[in-house]
Amino acid sequence: MLRGLWKLTWIEIKVFLREPLGAIGSIVIPVILFIVMSRMLGNLPAMPPAIANKYIRVAVPVFVSVIITLSAVLSLVTIISIYRESGILKRLRATPLRPQTILTAHVVVKLILTAATLSLMVLAGKRYIPAGAHVPLLSFTIALLIGTWSFLSIGFVIASIVPTARFAQPIGAVILYPMIGISGLFLPTTLLPPAIQGLTRVLPLTYVVSLLQGIWMGDAWSAHIGDVTALVLLFVICTTISARIFRWE
Amino acid sequence: MNTPVIEVSRIRKTYGKTVAVDEVSFSVNEGEIFGLIGPNGAGKTTTMECIEGIRKPDGGTISVLGLDPFRQAYQLQERIGVQLQQAQLQKRIKVWEAVDLWASLYRKKAVTAEHLLEQLGLTDKRNAWFMNLSGGQKQRLFIALALINDPEVVFLDELTTGLDPQARRAIWELVRGIRGRGKTVFLTTHLMEEAERLCDRVAIIEHGRILDIGTPARLVDRYCPERTVVLTTEDLTADEWFRSMTGVEAVTRTGNQFTIRGLGEDLVTEVIQCLSENRIKVAEFRTILPNLEDVFLKLTGQAIRE
Repeated sequence: MLRGLWKLTWIEIKVFLREPLGAIGSIVIPVILFIVMSRMLGNLPAMPPAIANKYIRVAVPVFVSVIITLSAVLSLVTIISIYRESGILKRLRATPLRPQTILTAHVVVKLILTAATLSLMVLAGKRYIPAGAHVPLLSFTIALLIGTWSFLSIGFVIASIVPTARFAQPIGAVILYPMIGISGLFLPTTLLPPAIQGLTRVLPLTYVVSLLQGIWMGDAWSAHIGDVTALVLLFVICTTISARIFRWE
Repeated sequence: MNTPVIEVSRIRKTYGKTVAVDEVSFSVNEGEIFGLIGPNGAGKTTTMECIEGIRKPDGGTISVLGLDPFRQAYQLQERIGVQLQQAQLQKRIKVWEAVDLWASLYRKKAVTAEHLLEQLGLTDKRNAWFMNLSGGQKQRLFIALALINDPEVVFLDELTTGLDPQARRAIWELVRGIRGRGKTVFLTTHLMEEAERLCDRVAIIEHGRILDIGTPARLVDRYCPERTVVLTTEDLTADEWFRSMTGVEAVTRTGNQFTIRGLGEDLVTEVIQCLSENRIKVAEFRTILPNLEDVFLKLTGQAIRE
């Protein structure tokens, strides 16, 4: 079943990095975003240092991490629809490759790129992370990978329903980006009106944000079993749906 | 030589109300180049993709190398090579990477990638991106991918569509080479010239139905037995001699040019005999022989659309 997986994954990474916009969009932009936002907030004289500190410490890295996840999902949707439209998926199926292997390779590529972007962000923005903060980077990376992995399954559902590659990016963005607004990223969900609070509980991004914020601030994993369970559930549901409706051509 | 490697029996495939393949049956023998020929939309690709196991027919049975292409898909893929119509690869995959990836997908490691690239004239292009290859180079790469596992049966779908005549001829040579190594080739084409030059046997398909199967020569004899000889001579007595020949149906004359029409492959020989027996001096002599294009016209009442 794994025959060809690593070679296909490696080739997909190389092909992705050769795409001029692909690499810039999903790796360079989040890193720049992190640095620019951290500097901006750090330089605001009007903001009390405690609040500025909290934003830089938690809000900015979590926001950028969510952007990393969502752009990985969008990029997956686009690539899958282009591959379907141009017959690449069909050509790969006319080999002993298992269909699951082809899709797994794309998930692995996105997870590797997510981890790489996060590492770059941490390296490039090291001085904006306060020295005494003790951010559990390994746990945070794992949390981000869990969130991305779960969200990529939404990507496959979206890739199954977009009619053509041209619509992949806009449809994906319309489905994914509005979730940012009420996911607890900018405003704690408890401050939202009750009706909207109900909605946030249904939107999967809320669990990603809650997990990332908690882990970044040093929560134990045991405090976020609910978030992880929700994300695993999301993966199972979306994978089941896309197994039924996924089109290869 | 006459063992069937592909046996198709009464397969059927519909898309909504459209019947794409309608009770199609045929068999392909070991070591031959078999062509499924017909216009675009006749059901060629659907039929081929059912045999390759990437599409499931609604009814009928298929056996390839003794395997069921749908239930034993992975076993079958190990032993066949496939080139799909209008397939693409990743735009920025390099030629050697594609060949290397494909080589890693099969258990059997019989062909070396470098040797294959050399054979197909792609060695210079091994570091080129797929998107920068010409149409002919892309097709040669797809042939390389189809041959990487040293397959027993090779499927080629509209292999030379969109290529210039020179590239087309080069690809035909390659396909003959595949047969030369003992492989069976199953191809589709809407180019009658391609079918005539390349195929040992052809099946003519139209609207999802097989109209007839045979060698190109036999199909031409069966449906278009008429032969035509055009010659020019100063000898005006010739007219009489031609008309008295057996098998001649019509003789027309424009100035010094005679057009003799008749049935059967003996016509040409008889005309030559008649010329020499009667010592008729000829300045120009040519024959017009019907081809698969004419067979198709006869069978369907319409010319094949390019």
